Amino acid sequence: MIGPVTDDDRVFKALAHPTRRFLLDRLFARDGRTLTELESEVAMTRFGVMKHLRVLERAGLVVVRRSGREKRHFLNPVPIRQIHDRWIDKYQERHVSALTALKAELEEKHT
Amino acid sequence: MTATEKAPQAATGQTTRVYRIYIKATPQTIWDAITKSEWTEKYGYGGRSEITLTPGGLYKGYASDAMKAMGVPDVAVEGQILEVDPPRKLVQTWHPVWDPGVTAEPPTRLTWEIEEEYGVSRLTVTHELAGAPIAEAMVAGEVPNAGGGWVMVLSDLKTLLETGKSFAG
Repeated sequence: MIGPVTDDDRVFKALAHPTRRFLLDRLFARDGRTLTELESEVAMTRFGVMKHLRVLERAGLVVVRRSGREKRHFLNPVPIRQIHDRWIDKYQERHVSALTALKAELEEKHT
Repeated sequence: MTATEKAPQAATGQTTRVYRIYIKATPQTIWDAITKSEWTEKYGYGGRSEITLTPGGLYKGYASDAMKAMGVPDVAVEGQILEVDPPRKLVQTWHPVWDPGVTAEPPTRLTWEIEEEYGVSRLTVTHELAGAPIAEAMVAGEVPNAGGGWVMVLSDLKTLLETGKSFAG
C-alpha cells in the first residue's frame, strides 16, 4: 500500500540529485563544514547550496550544529543505514537463499 | 561554558561525529534506555552500565559476555558525567579502556540530546573525538569485527523501543 510521504521517500528524493550526493561526499571526506566551505566546492550560488542542504537536512542526512557563530553541517549516516537494512539486506538475503537452494539442488542431482 | 569544556574540535568540527535518529517513544523512555543498566544490556553492544546522574558522577560501561569472550576487560568504557538535564540532555566524557591503544587516547566528549516533535522523539548523539582516532574509527563502525558503532547502537535502540525486540532478539 502506498501511504503518505515517509522518511524513506525523503531520503531517496534527497539522494536523487547529483549536487546533493556531491555535498554528502564532501562531508564524508571531511565532516562539519560551514556553508561557505561547501559553497566554495560547488559551481552554484550560495542560495542554491542552501536549498540543497535544506533538502538533505529535512531527510535527516545532514544535521546542522551551531558552533559559536558558525553553523556546521554533519553527515548523519543513520538514515542510509536504515534504508540499507530495510531494502538491501532484504533482497540480498533472498538472493543468497536462492543460491543456497540452487547449490543444494545441484549437489543432490550430482550425487 | 568553561575554557576546558571548549574543546578545540568544537571550533573546527572536523573530528566531531553527529548521529540522529527518530524514535516513536517518549523522551523519558529514551532517557531510561540510555541511563539504566536494565536497558543498556538489551541493545547495542549489550553491556550493563553504571551511571551516577549528577555532574561529576562516574560512568562505567561494562563489557557484555560476548565482548569478554573476545578479551575485553570487565569495564570497557569509563567516563564522567558533565551535565544532566533529564529527560533532555546528558553530557559526559567517554573513554574506552578495552585495549592499551585506545586507553592511551584522551577521553572523548559525548552529548545526548532528546527533543520531542509531534509525538516522536529525536535523539541526537554528538561525539567529539579530537585526538582519539582509534575511538573515532570504532564508533564509526570502521574497525572490522568490532561492531557497527553508533549507527548500529542507535538503530538497535530504535528497534528495541518500537518493537520490544533488539537485533539480538
